[in-house]
Amino acid sequence: MTKGELIEAVAQRDGFNLRKAEIVVNTIFASMCDALKEGERVEIRGFGSFEVRRYSAYRGRNPKTGDEVFVRAKRAPFFKTGKELRERVNETD
Amino acid sequence: MTKADIVEKVYENLGGFSKKESAEIVEMVFETIKETLERGEKIKISGFGNFVVRQKKERTGRNPQTGEEIKIAPRRVLTFKPSQVLKNSINA
Repeated sequence: MTKGELIEAVAQRDGFNLRKAEIVVNTIFASMCDALKEGERVEIRGFGSFEVRRYSAYRGRNPKTGDEVFVRAKRAPFFKTGKELRERVNETD
Repeated sequence: MTKADIVEKVYENLGGFSKKESAEIVEMVFETIKETLERGEKIKISGFGNFVVRQKKERTGRNPQTGEEIKIAPRRVLTFKPSQVLKNSINA
């Protein structure tokens, strides 16, 4: 399901107001993106949490060529699935 | 940032809808995502990232405290792969 399809699915559940669903979905992801940009943690109860993790620089290798490459220190988003969603995803039907 | 902060932003951007209505539609978005993932279908949000359900095989693990061997049952787990756009903006 793409973002466009998510917007359509939400609109179908909410009076077929596509414009409203579009604003809501875009606002949700834009605001989470803004928070993470500031290094702020995002916690959605029942869904999961996002945080920015710092990774230090290291010497890596290009697995194809074997060339040594220097990987600079970086920050990367990390997602931890919330309890409710973890259980729902794993439910066997 | 929590769901309440997101609801506040949605309320500001929507205009003409109450806080309660804003909270309800935010809840609806997350519920729709959860139901989709529950079916094993992935969610792709351009500019943000992809949520993918992966099937894990059974494996033998070890309790690091006691050293005791334990069987880890096959299971489905959710993974998030951030988009290049999100990774770049976090490092900018």
